[in-house]
Amino acid sequence: MHVSRRRILAGASLLAASAFAGPAAAQDTIRVGILHSLSGTMAISETTLKDVMLMLIEEQNKKGGLLGKKLEAVVVDPASNWPLFAEKARELITAQKVSAVFGCWTSVSRKSVLPVFKELNSILFYPVQYEGEESERNVFYTGAAPNQQAIPAVDYLMSKDGGEVKRWVLAGTDYVYPRTTNKILEAYLLAKGVKKEDIMINYTPFGHSDWQTIVSDIKKFGSAGKKTAVVSTINGDANVPFYKELANAGIKATDIPVVAFSVGEEELAGVDTKNLVGHLAAWNYFQSVKSPVNDKFIASWKAFTKNPKRVTNDPMEAHVIGFEMWVKAVEKAKSVEPDKVIDAIVGVEVPNLTGGTSKMLPNHHITKPVMIGEIRADGQFDVVWQTKGLVPGDAWSDFLDGSKDLEADWVGKKCGNWNTKLNKCGS
Amino acid sequence: MPLRPTVMALARRCLAAVAAIWLVCLPVGAQAIDKALDRLLEDSFTETLAAVDEIARSGNKNAADILEALADRRVLIDAATKTIVVKSPTGSLMDARTGAAIASEPAGLSPVRTNNRVRGAIEAAIGGLTLLSPDAAKRLAAADAVFKSRDAKALPVLDQALAREQDPAVKRALARARASVLLTDPTLGKPDLGAAVDALIDAGDAEALGLIRARLTSNTDPETRLLLQTAIDKGEQRQRTLAVAQNIWFGLSLGSVLLLAAIGLAITFGVMGVINMAHGEMVMLGAYTTFTVQELFRAYAPGAFDWSLAVALPLAFLVTGLIGIAIERGIISFLYGRPLETLLATWGVSLVLQQAVRTAYGSSNKEVGSPAFMSGTFDLFGLSIAWGRMWIILFTLVVFASLLLVLKATPLGLQMRAVTQNRRMAAAMGIRTRRIDALTFGLGSGIAGIAGVALSQIDNVSPNLGQSYIIDSFMVVVFGGVGNLWGTFVSAMFLGIANKFLEPFAGAVLAKILILVLLILFIQKRPRGLFALKGRAVEA
Repeated sequence: MHVSRRRILAGASLLAASAFAGPAAAQDTIRVGILHSLSGTMAISETTLKDVMLMLIEEQNKKGGLLGKKLEAVVVDPASNWPLFAEKARELITAQKVSAVFGCWTSVSRKSVLPVFKELNSILFYPVQYEGEESERNVFYTGAAPNQQAIPAVDYLMSKDGGEVKRWVLAGTDYVYPRTTNKILEAYLLAKGVKKEDIMINYTPFGHSDWQTIVSDIKKFGSAGKKTAVVSTINGDANVPFYKELANAGIKATDIPVVAFSVGEEELAGVDTKNLVGHLAAWNYFQSVKSPVNDKFIASWKAFTKNPKRVTNDPMEAHVIGFEMWVKAVEKAKSVEPDKVIDAIVGVEVPNLTGGTSKMLPNHHITKPVMIGEIRADGQFDVVWQTKGLVPGDAWSDFLDGSKDLEADWVGKKCGNWNTKLNKCGS
Repeated sequence: MPLRPTVMALARRCLAAVAAIWLVCLPVGAQAIDKALDRLLEDSFTETLAAVDEIARSGNKNAADILEALADRRVLIDAATKTIVVKSPTGSLMDARTGAAIASEPAGLSPVRTNNRVRGAIEAAIGGLTLLSPDAAKRLAAADAVFKSRDAKALPVLDQALAREQDPAVKRALARARASVLLTDPTLGKPDLGAAVDALIDAGDAEALGLIRARLTSNTDPETRLLLQTAIDKGEQRQRTLAVAQNIWFGLSLGSVLLLAAIGLAITFGVMGVINMAHGEMVMLGAYTTFTVQELFRAYAPGAFDWSLAVALPLAFLVTGLIGIAIERGIISFLYGRPLETLLATWGVSLVLQQAVRTAYGSSNKEVGSPAFMSGTFDLFGLSIAWGRMWIILFTLVVFASLLLVLKATPLGLQMRAVTQNRRMAAAMGIRTRRIDALTFGLGSGIAGIAGVALSQIDNVSPNLGQSYIIDSFMVVVFGGVGNLWGTFVSAMFLGIANKFLEPFAGAVLAKILILVLLILFIQKRPRGLFALKGRAVEA
């Protein structure tokens, strides 16, 4: 069944590709690849990112383009199919001759395109918070690493304002991002003196829709007389029924708060948030943040989509930052050659949408503020806590064995996993 | 409550006075609340937290209202002009300092922000203030709030409330709250301790049990320990029984969802033998019909929102039924007897429908609201049961019964059965078989649409909704025995309950795998499912 579906899709995309690639375009424009799923499971999140990229490119062209040339967006649809991501990436780089690619959402899709970008030496901007434990020369990670989202969120819950949580439920969808994040969090909590029996870890399949048992387990776990919180790495479609069940079971944020790492304004658009007031999310950007750049961005986004109800979210901001950084690096290098851009982009600083200035670091991650938001009845978030300054992204977690000795440095060491103990490249 | 309005007003005033007396013996006055309100102007969580405490103790008659508004972001401030306005749920405005009504909203106001810590404090404070409220629901909430805060200062009012309480549910909650407060007092004498523990065990929930356990760890007196341990054992025994009952309930609930999703397929696949991969999309279209109907209700008749599902039901049946008939006429009727081509064609249809919906409605989740009667829970012998789930189970049973009735007791059903059992003989008897084929497929699709209306209440409404149910639906139909509605029923309930009993031990991922493995083994042993059809129909 799956095979046939893939074949159909692959066939269709082949047709589309040959129609596209027909007349070899003269290089009087700079081409930018957009590699986001427009159909299938992930379309729900990724379509928005395609739109935001189109808007950014349009705005840049209004400003006169780049290096005197117009930018041209090349959109492909990898259809939430991980092997197809690699095929489409190859098509973008070899057939469409794009200068940089903005794309991917799930970690598995990123892992699938990595070899292609390395082999063809191109550039990928990856805009989503992820599990870390990776740094590649050809990839720029504009989303949060675990130390820019998960660890600060747990710190907040342990603080007085967060409710001095003593018992933890780590609930996630069963794939690489939640498993790695939870491994890091568990190590971190144990290091902070939390007892093993005060941590409950639970995994569910993708798209899990019957949460009755798990929610009642959480309720039971939380009735031991110690303040309990849920750290949720539940991803995608499963979130809506999870939150509906929480509301059904009468679990209020003042009893057992849930802090989520994959739930933002877009995901909440499908839920009645009246019963979810006070549940938390940790991100580097919220639409509700008041700043002149953010107000301007929201206004132009609503105008671009012609929908006054459209919301903005964290991965969109990551693309805004990534695109600005790429533009600045290209201007600095006076070329779109990947090698020159990769060298020029480290150290580039651009304003983020929350009023600060983000900087590209030698480990190809960026500096970001970390914010904790509480869900409001209108589906937006109230920022209740944020880091004083910006937090530099750490590719390799300091709380995992085998990873704490690694550093990524693409400037001095030219290495993505430099072992500081052995003083050599490679773990 | 047999109290007249004037008496109630009196009681409310009494309550304010009592609150003032038992909390602190400060002079009741405007200054106390003025100072507290000034803190709100800072819009900092620490100041707001202090203000909550002061407002609760101020004795102001509006204290409970102000606190409630604060938790709901309905206290609006303007730090520049020092204005503090309280908005009521209906939208009318009141000056927080004087209590006077304000005609129009001044410009430049923003709500005071709160966080969980502040809201927790507000809940506890309101609990103390509304224990004597004339509204039973408010008293219940107040009792629960005191149970959580275990505020010893609330004890006198708690006793007073307990003495005059008539409602048994509220009375139990009050007793539970009182016991929880008593239990935190380390000097409590043995008879009182025994009574408190009894009240907690009577409440029977895990949280109450947790309190006794906590007391046990801090107690050294052997006699008291024995008393506590016996109580804990009793409570745990009860929890175990409840856990089994709860698993059965969860299983029935999951089973009803499976049945609802599969029942349309039991007709198109089970009765007609068409492998319909677009079945899930019919469910999805039903859910989107519900969304569209609700949008219309929101725009034109927000007051009648609770009726939106009743309107959506027949509409979803019509919409998906007609689409089903169109698919049967346009595609499937050319492919009878060629299952592989049917499978591929309907799979294609499913992709087309998904992308069509994605283009028309956008790819993000759509919010489908629940009418009031479907939200909340009720208590059944200590088992907390969600109204929404309960209605879905009942709804499934009604749909199932009606379908049986249609098949067994109507001319259409008779003709359907005749055509599926022996097409040529039915045709010879004058039945227009092609028309019956289309109608049968329409009926199956229409029921899938109805299922979509119900599933929109518990799952997310997105273009992918159908995909998550198609595998499960085939599983249920094949396991139950193709062509047998009762088989589908038994199989859905069995799979639901088996899943829920496995889940606590194996986890959600492994439970799903185990069920699949068991199913494959079972199909090896009995390829025709639980209730295999016998006789000529099988060969047809």
